Amino acid sequence: MTAMLELLRYPFIVNALVTGSAVAVAAAASGYFMVCRRATFAGHALPNIGFAGAAGAVLLGIEPVYGLFAITVLAAVAIGLIGRDLRDRDVTVGVVMTFALGLGFLFLALYSGYAQRVYGILFGSILGISVQAARVTVAAAATSIAVLGILYRPLLFSTFDPELALARGVPVSLLSVLFLVVLAIISSLAVQVMGALLLFTLLVGPAATATRLVKTPLWAIMVSVALGLLYVWLGMAFAAVNGTIPVSFCIASLSFIVYLPVRLFVRSEGRRRRGNTTATGQLA
Amino acid sequence: MSAPALMPEPRPRPVICAEGVRVDLGGQTIFADVTFAIEDGELVGILGPNGAGKSTLLKVVLGLVKPVSGRVSVLDQPAGRANARIGYVPQFRAIEAETTLRARDVVRFGLDGNRWGPGWPSRAREKRIDAVLEEVDGRELAKAAMGELSGGERQRLLIAQALLSGPRLLLLDEPLASLDLGREQEIIALIRRVCRSRGVAVLFVTHDVNPLLSDLDRVLYLANGRSAIGPPDEVITREILSDLYGAPVEVVKTGGRVFVVGARI
Repeated sequence: MTAMLELLRYPFIVNALVTGSAVAVAAAASGYFMVCRRATFAGHALPNIGFAGAAGAVLLGIEPVYGLFAITVLAAVAIGLIGRDLRDRDVTVGVVMTFALGLGFLFLALYSGYAQRVYGILFGSILGISVQAARVTVAAAATSIAVLGILYRPLLFSTFDPELALARGVPVSLLSVLFLVVLAIISSLAVQVMGALLLFTLLVGPAATATRLVKTPLWAIMVSVALGLLYVWLGMAFAAVNGTIPVSFCIASLSFIVYLPVRLFVRSEGRRRRGNTTATGQLA
Repeated sequence: MSAPALMPEPRPRPVICAEGVRVDLGGQTIFADVTFAIEDGELVGILGPNGAGKSTLLKVVLGLVKPVSGRVSVLDQPAGRANARIGYVPQFRAIEAETTLRARDVVRFGLDGNRWGPGWPSRAREKRIDAVLEEVDGRELAKAAMGELSGGERQRLLIAQALLSGPRLLLLDEPLASLDLGREQEIIALIRRVCRSRGVAVLFVTHDVNPLLSDLDRVLYLANGRSAIGPPDEVITREILSDLYGAPVEVVKTGGRVFVVGARI
């Protein structure tokens, strides 16, 4: 314990904690909507599509973050506009994502310089964050949460009941695009500090567990955020104490270890009840 | 088509007024000429063969489908403007299988799902939700997940959801689909009770008129792109329906039930 408190004296650890916590909160909150909208694959694809933008920017000699930002937001708008039909959307996202990844590798092959900055985007390094990057990420996370707060009720309505939401004048398609843009902003800013793997872990893991544990949306979001923070803090503590295990591995493993028993043992309620109904139906 | 069936005697301010409505969807004409008016507080069944555009007509009333020609006004406004005063229960909804939400949260969408902002908890809003759950005998269902409930229980909750905005018009799309006889009667009784006690006009799409024949004030019969409206025993007749279909149709009444038979139905 004292060893961990000792670690807080290092500025890079504090930066990592603050940034990691901010991203965890934003990712876990938007992850709830992502999971409920069955848009998990889109959430996975966005940072990968961003890789092409970053590589393209490096090739053109501009800051990778601009390319990353531009192409993820563009892809978010495109996915939002294309995809009403779920099956169709996943296939389209898959084809676009693989093309973007291919482009990214082409750009890297064409670029003869030092490509480490681009690889950093795919794998990230939470322990190497500058104060400036930490500030920008925290601001972006706060903005995303504020936007989600403004969109909250109509977004929830159109997530679960799009047919009726449309009839009640909710701009269902616009919300679909706006939500993916929020996701794109979180992705493109978080991915540089923690990498695509860790970001996606924080998007999907806490929310997937929370939706199984709690049914009321606001509570599910709170639980998701709490889990996200817990994973980041515990994961960093393990990694820091151990010294060789990467942070990404610790956080991803925690997320998996908590999800597994919840997935296997919680909420057989629905199935049991349906089983009962069938049984009585047969008796009658 | 006889005049009385097509043109109900004019009364002040009908809830819906549709005149000569023509709707094309995907290059096909769904309605060529549909004309009707719905009065305050009446219970009207929309009947007609498959593909006659029964569900489409509800979407026209909601302004979700735009007519090519003709006029539709709802609560004295063009269709689509007064949707806050319309309670709508669509058919085939993703939400019916939803297990990550409690029924109460689904019902709440009807109250303020369309408003911006997070919606801070309010006792007044919760009371309104309680009251409407009480009205449909759904208090004990509120905590269950939507996907765990039976078809009849879900239908009651979805009607509660539609009632939360205090509508003057209720549009129900096949609320009896996939219900067994007992549940069917329960839902019909609920709809009749709501219609009478709230004085709300109800437009009710159904594929079989028999379960609610005695409860309907009027029927709106759609066929062949046209419509006829009037009391059930005046509209569901050989003359009116043969004229509507443009082909010979027989109406058989037996054992208190009515059947429409014809070569092209």
